[in-house]
Formats: sequence, structure tokens, C-alpha cells
Amino acid sequence: MLLTKIKEALNSLYEDIQAEPEAAEAAETEAKAEEAAPEAQAEESKPVEQEEGAEAEAAAEPPPPPGPRETDYKAKGYHLDVDLPPEKVVAAAEILNRENFFIEAITGVDWIDDQQLEVVYDFNHFDELCRVVVRTRLDRNNPEVPTISHIYQGANWHERETHDFFGIIFTGHPNLEPLLLPEDADFHPLLKDFKA
Amino acid sequence: MNGLLQQDLNQETFTINLGPQHPATHGVLRVKLVMDGEYIVEAEPVLGYIHRMHEKMGENRTWAKFLPNCGRMDYLSALSYNHGYVAAVERAAGIEVPERAEYLRVITVELNRISSHLLWFGAFVLDLGGFTPLLYAFDDREQILDLLESVTGSRLTYCYFRFGGVYNDIDDSFITGTREFIKRLRKRMPMYDALVTKNVILIKRLKDIGPISKDMARRYGATGPVARGSGINFDVRKHEPYSVYSEFDFDIPVYEEGDSMARYMVRMDEIEQSMRIIEQALDKLPEGEIQPKKAVKLVKPEKGDYYHAVEAARGSFGVRVVSDGTNQAYRLKLRSPTYSNLSLFGEASRGMLLPDALALMGSLDLVIPEIDR
Repeated sequence: MLLTKIKEALNSLYEDIQAEPEAAEAAETEAKAEEAAPEAQAEESKPVEQEEGAEAEAAAEPPPPPGPRETDYKAKGYHLDVDLPPEKVVAAAEILNRENFFIEAITGVDWIDDQQLEVVYDFNHFDELCRVVVRTRLDRNNPEVPTISHIYQGANWHERETHDFFGIIFTGHPNLEPLLLPEDADFHPLLKDFKA
Repeated sequence: MNGLLQQDLNQETFTINLGPQHPATHGVLRVKLVMDGEYIVEAEPVLGYIHRMHEKMGENRTWAKFLPNCGRMDYLSALSYNHGYVAAVERAAGIEVPERAEYLRVITVELNRISSHLLWFGAFVLDLGGFTPLLYAFDDREQILDLLESVTGSRLTYCYFRFGGVYNDIDDSFITGTREFIKRLRKRMPMYDALVTKNVILIKRLKDIGPISKDMARRYGATGPVARGSGINFDVRKHEPYSVYSEFDFDIPVYEEGDSMARYMVRMDEIEQSMRIIEQALDKLPEGEIQPKKAVKLVKPEKGDYYHAVEAARGSFGVRVVSDGTNQAYRLKLRSPTYSNLSLFGEASRGMLLPDALALMGSLDLVIPEIDR
């Protein structure tokens, strides 16, 4: 089955991040940045725990092992949730490309409370229904992630659009000029602190 | 690639603008063309002339208040966009939809798909220099607009679906009218076939023109008739059955050639398939409510992100909803099909004659407000 196959393939990306140092670091900086952070974190993690509890009862230890997570398709609309550090996105795209996935869209989400920008890549497959979501979190003040437009040419426009709306810089992109916004636009309207 | 072009690359080229006000671009799309004589060296679509930032609008109003925006993106198949949005929010908020409402959605969406394909058909042939078919196609399309107006209250920018159902039930005159229309269109299709599809001028303009390979379609994320014209059997209605599509018997037209003619044929065949779906839906139409018994008043999806895709007339329209648990979206991503379909134009048109590239562009079935959003 495609889902198991791609899950295994993507799992290889997690080999050297077993300890999840980035997550720990992020948690630390968050705790420093905001004193109310523990509460917010507890709230956020609740739904995640519920989902996983439904799938795997055995996962009792609080931090789930890093790796691609299968999600409840009926509730979420996608099958595989792949949370990666930015430098691994290209490798993930290469794996998906090898398995003949196609790219649906790339977009961003501004998590201003965490001082982070999330980039979300939606992949799908023509032959078998298997939606894979690759996501990565970037520092809001220095949002940089390598481009995947050399692997998926369709990503070119999606990345330009995400740069328009969020100011995320896709390093190595051949032409990161405004696409939907005016050519001299120096604002990023989907940032939560954008004021028209 | 054209051999002649490769030899002449060192010679002088010149740049011309196609659009943003050009009839062949069907709206305000501009294409920057680097030409070598009549041949295209490089084509770069320039977007954003009618960008309205629908995604930001989604963030600063309640879930329900965004409903009218859906009809203003792809104004030719507005109901598919309605459907994609309400289905995504229904998934996020766990709203159940009565069966009759799902049937009404399918019937109206498929009618809308036919009207969209008819308009494309007329306008496309007009691009190629044939004026008459447009008038016939508009004559047929007019019947659909009348039918949909009687149910939805509008003729173009429909806003008919609500979270949990539809806002108005159909009556007997709509049912008989729809059946009569299908009978009428079935008689007209052979005429279109004889008048246009088998016309040698059309065939010469489309056959082997603007080939899009399977691999190119995949790399750019092309969906809808563009992908199906390149031999990719992908239709969200079958691939990822939503609403009640799994209850109907219909085929997905797929053509292997990948040229403009293949994309033309896919859409013409799809009209018949949509008619089949509508007929079955009218036959099986269940009685019952068109909205949940307990009215959906406050929509507050749980925290998290959700995705839902539907097959719009131009391909896979996806909505990614990020909710923070309030009555407004935290983020609303709209994945429009022609945005991806057009992105391959630069690569596909390289080395083509300009008039052929316009045939290719027409066969992509562009709706600019949906690309720019």
C-alpha cells in the first residue's frame, strides 16, 4: 500500500532527529518569551493527544517518537502528517517525487504567538488516494526555507505566492518576485500584524 | 522543441505583451512573450491584475460571511467553489448534511459544470476564429441559468449552499425543466459534434498542438480536464468520493494524447457524464430535510487544520482550513485548479507558433479571478 510505503520512506528522514532537539529548543525559547506559555502549550497539545489515542493505545509515553504521523482521514482530510525541520523539506520532496506524488499547494500560516511561520506543503497522488502534508516551522524574524521548485516546477508559483503573502524566503528560488501582489509590493498581507 | 528555433537562438529576439486586455486571455491576464519571429522562445504569465486577497477576507469575517466570496472566484462554476468551502467547514466543525441536501448539491453543481463547459466551448472556438458555435452554446447555457436562477436566486455568482445543507428546496417545475433541458442538450450534442468537433479546421488547429505530457502535468500539479487530457485518470469525484458521488454510475473521460484536442474532447464528453449524474440524482432524489433539524447557527471548529477538495469544472479545488477554535478562520487557503494548470504554460508553449499557443491557452480553460483570487 502506498501509505505504508511512503511513511516508511519518509521515516528515514527522522533518523538523526530522534532526540528532537529543535522541539526542545523551541519550547525553551517559548517559555522565555512568554510566561503564560505552559498553559497555552497544554491547551494546544490536547487535540493531538486525543487523535493519537484513538489510533494507537500503546503510545503511552508523553512525547510521541518523531516521524510521520498517520491521521484520521475522515476528520482531517489527509492521511499523513509530516513535521520536519526546514533543511529536510527538499529531501522529503525528493522522496515524494520518486513515488510520483504531485503537488497540490504550498502555503503558510502565521503563528504570531509562537513567533513562528509555518510552511505547509500539500501532496497528493494520481493513482491512489494518499494525501501527504509536509510542514515545517520557521523563525518568524528570519523565515528561510530551501526551495523545492527544482523538483516540482509547479512549486515555483506556490512559493512566490507564499513569499508575497508571508515574506517567507525560499532560498535558491529562481525568481522570487511578487506574483499576485504589485511588482513593487513591500508588504505581506497575511501576516497577522499586517495593517492595511 | 522546434529545430529551427534552436538554431536561431543567437539571433535577435523581441519581447511582446499579450494582454492584460486581450480577448484571448479571457480576462486580465498578461503574458510576456519573448519571440523569435512567429515562434515563442519564452512565455511568462504575469498575474495579479484582479487579485482581491480572498484568503485575508476569510480571516477577518465569520465562517458564514465568507460564503458569498466563493462565487466570486470561479464565476463560471461558482457552485463547485461553494461546495468546496462548505464541505471543508463541515468537515472541520463536524456538521452532518441531510441526504436530500447532498443530492441537491450534486444536481446543481453538475448543471453548473455543464454551463461552464458550454461557455468554455463557445469561447474556445471563438478564440480559434469560429464565431457561430458561441451563439448556440449560449443558447443552451441560458436554459441552465434560468433553471439555477429559479432555485438559487442568482444567475452567475451563486451562493446556494449553507453549512449543513442548501438554502432552498427545488420544486416540480425545476425537475421537469431539468429533464427537458437534458433531453434538449442530448439532441444538440450531435450537432456540436458535426458542426465543430468533426470540423477539419478545428482538428487542424488542435490536433498535436500544445502537448502536455503526463510527467509535466504531475510536476506542475495540473488537474481536471488538463490532466485527464494527458492520460491521467484523476477526478476527485471518483478518486476521493465526497458528498453522494459514490452512489452514481458515471465515467471519467480520459484521453492519452495530451494535445489541445484531447482536452477539448474530455470536456465535451464530460457534459454527457454530468447529464447522466443529474438524471440518476433526479431519479433517486430522497425526500426529507434540506438543512439539519437543529439549525447550524454558531460554527466553531475545533483547533486544528482540515483539508477538503472537490472537482470543480477546471480541476481539483481544495480548501485548507486552519481553525483556532473561534467563529473565524485562523487561516483559509484556497487551492485553485487553474493556478496550477496555467503554471505549466511557460514550459508547454516553448517553441510554439503564437497562434498555436493561443489554442493551447484556450484549451486550459482559464478563469482569471480564480487564478488571482
